[in-house]
Amino acid sequence: MTEAKLAGSASDRRPTLIDFDTVLESFDPAMGLEVHVELNTATKMFCGCPTGFGAAPNTQVCPTCLGLPGAMPVVNGKAVESAMRIGLALNCEIAEWCRFARKNYFYPDMPKNFQTSQYDEPIAFDGYLDVDVDGETFRIEIERAHMEEDTGKATHVGGTTGRIHGADYSLIDYNRAGIPLIEIVTRPIMGAGEKAPLVAKAYVSALRDLVKALGVSDVRMDQGSMRCDVNLSLAPKGSGALGTRSETKNVNSLRSVERAVRYEMSRHAGILLAGGKVLQETRHFHEDDGSTSPGREKSDAEDYRYFPEPDLVPVAPSREWVEELRGTLPEPPAGRRTRLQAEFGFSDLEMRDVVAAGALDLIAETVEAGTTPQAARKWWMSELARRANDTGVALDEVGVTPAQIVEVQRLIDDKTINDKLARQVFEGLYAGEGTPAEIVAARGLAVVSDDGALTAAVDAAIEAQPAVAEKIRGGNHAAAGALIGAVMKAMGGQANAARVREIIMEKLA
Amino acid sequence: MSWIRKTAAEQADALAAGEVTSVELVQAHLDQIAATNGDLNAFLHVDVPGALAQAAASDERRSAGSPLHALDGVPIAIKDVLTTEGLPTTAGSRILEGWIPPYDGTVTARIKAAGLPILGKTNMDEFAMGSSTENSAYGPTRNPWDHDRIPGGSGGGSAAAVAAFQAPLAIGSDTGGSIRQPGAMTGTVGVKPTYGSVSRYGVIALANSLDQLGPVTRTVLDSALLHELIGGHDPKDSTSVPTPVTGLIEAAREGAKGDLSGLRVGVVKELQGDAWAPDVVERFEESVDILKKLGADVVEVSLPSFVHAMAAYYLILPAECSSNLAKFDAMRYGRRVTPEGSPSAEEVMKVSRDAGFGDEVKRRIIIGTYALSSGYYDAYYGQAQKIRTLIIEDFRRAFESVDVLVSPTAPTTAFPIGEKVDDPLSMYLQDLATIPANLAGVPGISVPSGTSREDGLPTGVQFLAPVLEDARLYRVGAALEAALLEQWGGPIVPAAYQSKESS
Repeated sequence: MTEAKLAGSASDRRPTLIDFDTVLESFDPAMGLEVHVELNTATKMFCGCPTGFGAAPNTQVCPTCLGLPGAMPVVNGKAVESAMRIGLALNCEIAEWCRFARKNYFYPDMPKNFQTSQYDEPIAFDGYLDVDVDGETFRIEIERAHMEEDTGKATHVGGTTGRIHGADYSLIDYNRAGIPLIEIVTRPIMGAGEKAPLVAKAYVSALRDLVKALGVSDVRMDQGSMRCDVNLSLAPKGSGALGTRSETKNVNSLRSVERAVRYEMSRHAGILLAGGKVLQETRHFHEDDGSTSPGREKSDAEDYRYFPEPDLVPVAPSREWVEELRGTLPEPPAGRRTRLQAEFGFSDLEMRDVVAAGALDLIAETVEAGTTPQAARKWWMSELARRANDTGVALDEVGVTPAQIVEVQRLIDDKTINDKLARQVFEGLYAGEGTPAEIVAARGLAVVSDDGALTAAVDAAIEAQPAVAEKIRGGNHAAAGALIGAVMKAMGGQANAARVREIIMEKLA
Repeated sequence: MSWIRKTAAEQADALAAGEVTSVELVQAHLDQIAATNGDLNAFLHVDVPGALAQAAASDERRSAGSPLHALDGVPIAIKDVLTTEGLPTTAGSRILEGWIPPYDGTVTARIKAAGLPILGKTNMDEFAMGSSTENSAYGPTRNPWDHDRIPGGSGGGSAAAVAAFQAPLAIGSDTGGSIRQPGAMTGTVGVKPTYGSVSRYGVIALANSLDQLGPVTRTVLDSALLHELIGGHDPKDSTSVPTPVTGLIEAAREGAKGDLSGLRVGVVKELQGDAWAPDVVERFEESVDILKKLGADVVEVSLPSFVHAMAAYYLILPAECSSNLAKFDAMRYGRRVTPEGSPSAEEVMKVSRDAGFGDEVKRRIIIGTYALSSGYYDAYYGQAQKIRTLIIEDFRRAFESVDVLVSPTAPTTAFPIGEKVDDPLSMYLQDLATIPANLAGVPGISVPSGTSREDGLPTGVQFLAPVLEDARLYRVGAALEAALLEQWGGPIVPAAYQSKESS
């Protein structure tokens, strides 16, 4: 046992990574994705404690979620409803009767030293989700979606690894203990070949969109309200078999999902091509370089001793309830995308960029608020995308509302401002200086159309650039651009460019 | 005659009539505890100021004409398995030494809401594992009938306290007989209600699917009064049944009139034989004869799966408790033992659990962990659950032809302290007759049936009824009790605790 571990860790320090294309010459990858979604219910899975993010440690706790002697769980009906809606949206069967079980293991952040989780009787099972990768549709089969509770959150202080071993002490916040989670588990995803990393990413992305559309979770991978474990194995090409898998835990961004699959494929191939055996183990993902390192070894010794939770009665949703919930499902994200693309008249490329940027909902809301799809796309994909990128926030957190964008666009359309001035209006919006109209007034951004001021500026420009003026007189109207630029510069960009051109032509043509 | 000799119903009547105050009642019981607990060790913790304060508040309500309940002001003792805010709760274990719960269990809350002063917490086998109270980390409780003998278990503390007039009422918990068997050993009444009819919220779980709180008293009527007070639906306990718990007091009063005509009583064939001491059987047969005289129609019925009950019980219980007891890891509460050096959390857990748990607890954790292990689950836990289903089916079939079942409560009278501590299997046999009710969730009562001709120690008779038919137990129990009291000329009382005034 000890030797095996040492050998494993030695090779892990410098794993032989095989070039991706070479991997595919010899192997077929198989993936299994386990995604945890934290529900946004007001209270926890088994008690009435609030679930808000960011409260002072250990303030949202009670005897039940602290696992005090004598305390008992009661199932949160709203969480069951959310789980069923996720199941239905994933085309799953909904169990007529199912139970919770206890998953027994010792860990300091587990208040009871067992986790109350569904085991062999999940609330939802046998579903699928279709995902699109470069125009090819992959059907991801869903084995199950089950309910469970989150553990407390441990912070290990001291030591070098940030993990419990080697730490000086650990702080535990039980606010998170008992928050409802839905774990969604796929069947082995086979046959994706070279597209495996992209399929994994597309699945997690599609699942995120779906759950978001259901409104049952914030699905923020960066805040941990959606977490992904990536199982990967390789089998000899064409064998149709399943190899030994590794399970990379907590891969917490879409890009990381893709990278983790890619890395593990290369690492497994390195081991297998050298005649070695892949260890069945959990691994940690490293965001910095996209690599993985060994966690604990999964062996037969790990036995969770599952048995039905005797403190909870079975969950038996009536068929009427199931059908009622089916009626509450929103339009499936994939269908909605197709519909919106047609309605908005976006090209495939435009649509892909919009979806990738997470801008589709925002654009749809902006169009709803009263502007054209092209205008909405322009602002969200340029100015606001840049702002989000610069400040490191999500696009829906840049602090500009669809209604404000509509107002800015209206000011452009009625020629009060131009596109360039609009960027300054957005600056004002970021700074919270009021409505777009107020910002235009306060910053003095309105375009100057007054002929007196414009004529004076044109005269000054002609005087400064006599050679250019001569060209225009000679019939080269394109040369007017240089004079217009000079006028705009002189007037701080606030001149009505069309009127400037007209005045120049009146004087020189 | 001292107030402590009175039943709870009599104390309640005296309070209502203004003949006594709650402070006087509580003080009288505290005096008895002070005089006798050194011998008995029935109480682990006595809350003198708390009980007196609650009594004074009760008296104020009485004089204002607004008592909370008929039992407002009648003192009570609570088995140390149920949480009591601000009062130590140890479940008889070293690992919970010094733990003061920050919350009340539902039954505690109901007792407080009805105004019963809580005298203190009673001794028990550690985590309710045992049939003698010898497994308490705080020393055994002694039987008031003979201080060298056990009072039964796991609720020996509550039974001894009630038998020795330290309290008129007590709360017990029954997982395989822990209320009923001590009742038989101490000449008191004990009831295990229908599973789910009394909230388990706040009960430090032994085996969640078997545990049930219930009354421990000296009379059947007192049990009915307490049972109705603590019973009924609780949203905090998911296994709690919504059916109201009523009609028990009425059934007890009705039964005491002594007419059992039309009642069909089944003597359980499988709960007879060599395992049963002749003097216990003698008293049992005498009780059955009385039932017949009172008009009951007595037949023998067979419940063939009962022979497997013990085996199933000792798989289900350890399985559940091995998981329940995992939370006692010294991380958040309870006694922590920190080894030398700079130990890891895992090492602290290990050492604390080793120091905090007694042998019987460790034995059951090991059995349960094994029974739930992958590869063994189906053979042990799964198989035990099937037996459980068979036993439920046996009860269902039996109750088609009879209204209640009857058997001796325990196979022997109280045995000497130390006799079975090294022989767990013979200890387990104490619960032969009581375990099937827990496996099936049906209610049961143990009523004193007299004293053994051989050793002069009390014996008990057990009645079992279908789920939610607890009232039947009170009817038949009260009828037998009334007939026996008439025959004896008064209640049977341990010699050392007989009233000096009356003798």
